[in-house]
Amino acid sequence: MFGAVSLVVANPFTLLAQDSKQSLVNYEIVDVIQSKSIPKSLTGKRGDKKRGEALMIQRSKGNCLACHQVSLFEEKAKTDPNAYGDMGEVGPTLDKVAKRYKEGQLRLLLVDAKQVFPETIMPSFYRVENLHRVGKKFKDKPILGPQEIEDVLSFLLSLK
Amino acid sequence: MSQRLIICVMLLCLPSFTAFAGDGREKSVAPLDGDNPLSNLWSGFYYAKPQTKQMQLDDFENPGLLYVEEGADIWNSRAGEAKKSCASCHGKGDVSMKEAGARYPVYSARLKKLVNLEQRINLCRTDFQKASAFKYESRELLSLTAFVRHQSKGVPVRVNIKGAAKPFFEKGKAFYYQRRGQLDMACNHCHEDNYGKYIRSNLLSQGQANGFPTYRLKWQGLGSLHRRFRGCNSQVRATPFAFGADEYVNLELYLNWRGSGLEVETPAVRN
Ligand code: HEC
Ligand code: HEC
Repeated sequence: MFGAVSLVVANPFTLLAQDSKQSLVNYEIVDVIQSKSIPKSLTGKRGDKKRGEALMIQRSKGNCLACHQVSLFEEKAKTDPNAYGDMGEVGPTLDKVAKRYKEGQLRLLLVDAKQVFPETIMPSFYRVENLHRVGKKFKDKPILGPQEIEDVLSFLLSLK
Repeated sequence: MSQRLIICVMLLCLPSFTAFAGDGREKSVAPLDGDNPLSNLWSGFYYAKPQTKQMQLDDFENPGLLYVEEGADIWNSRAGEAKKSCASCHGKGDVSMKEAGARYPVYSARLKKLVNLEQRINLCRTDFQKASAFKYESRELLSLTAFVRHQSKGVPVRVNIKGAAKPFFEKGKAFYYQRRGQLDMACNHCHEDNYGKYIRSNLLSQGQANGFPTYRLKWQGLGSLHRRFRGCNSQVRATPFAFGADEYVNLELYLNWRGSGLEVETPAVRN
């Protein structure tokens, strides 16, 4: 379906799989007047918007549509309901999300939304500590890798 | 959006179900205990698809009733060294088991912990019939549990959380609100904060226990509440507990307290 893209995302944990205890990359949280953010890219590289879209819809990866809606996808759902259909109602729409948040704020929301909304249902996509009874297969692995966070972010930034 | 359409279809279908209104399924009931965080209790029945509801309500269509019949056969069969059947001591289930299905789990002074219905049945197997315990989630134990709890159908759930049961209730409550798994979610995130909303193609309910053991279309069979717990743990990528684990029995008491006031529906039919 996504050709080369799915090749890239097929085994995102290869890096981590070699050594599952490998520590995550460092990032700095900046807190300016109640507005926390991670201003810098986790990898120093820009994200790939197309790959980000693929990660968002993939159920075993971001699975963002389990909770969020993106109007842009409604049209695509007509021809590809498996990939783009069944958008949930638990989270807010992501339409124009880049107008509501700056890049660094969005990055932090993906990395660890609980730093901003402590009670949220939203998973922390790039955090491995302070988790409870994580299944063996998933232990010490973040839901998304650092470049994958940048990829998803890149797609979100296009929603203006 | 597709879910809007589904809601519309459900609304259109509602009039045909008004006949059942008032039985606590198509309308909410007030919780028995004012401390309940839910101000209105909705059975999972309310959130099921119209054809699933129909299946549950129709005695010829409800596949869970096959298990209840099998359970009735076990109830009446002699077993073990004592060569006694359940009926030898308890007579007809509809009288002796009228309330049991609505008030378990209960505290056992002998075991110094809670026992649920499955475990109580197995205690009678081993202590009184001198037979071996049925395996948790075996067809026999599911059928017998369904038979016993079916006798309480229509009786409002009412569990005792006071006295010796209190510390176990507190543990169950702590479990309910504990985030777990790689996805870092607790039960309340789905079943308290978001019931009535779609998560993907699933309409979230309050996660009530009043219909268990439940026939799930996805399982193509009857399953225990602990099987459901295991599923809800695994889907957030957490390690589930074993069937019959103390942690799950404590959670079961807490969940039944959250649903105290809802009528027992066993065997319910769900997606
Ligand atoms: C020899 C008699 C005997 C047999 C046989 C027997 N039971 Fe029991 N059962 C009891 C007694 C006595 C109690 C009460 C035990 C107690 O409270 O400690 C009991 C309690 C129960 C309860 C709890 C009822 C309540 O209201 O708390 C259930 C459920 C139950 N039995 C199911 C069964 C089933 C199912 C079988 C067959 C597999 C069975 N029993 C076989 C004697 C028996
Ligand atoms: C990610 C969301 C999510 C979490 C977290 C979750 N569940 Fe569920 N649960 C579901 C879904 C989806 C269903 C099926 C639809 C429904 O009934 O809500 C379900 C169904 C259930 C049911 C069956 C309801 C019925 O009427 O048959 C029970 C009981 C239940 N959950 C209990 C729990 C408990 C206890 C926890 C915490 C250990 C939990 N769930 C955590 C999503 C979740």
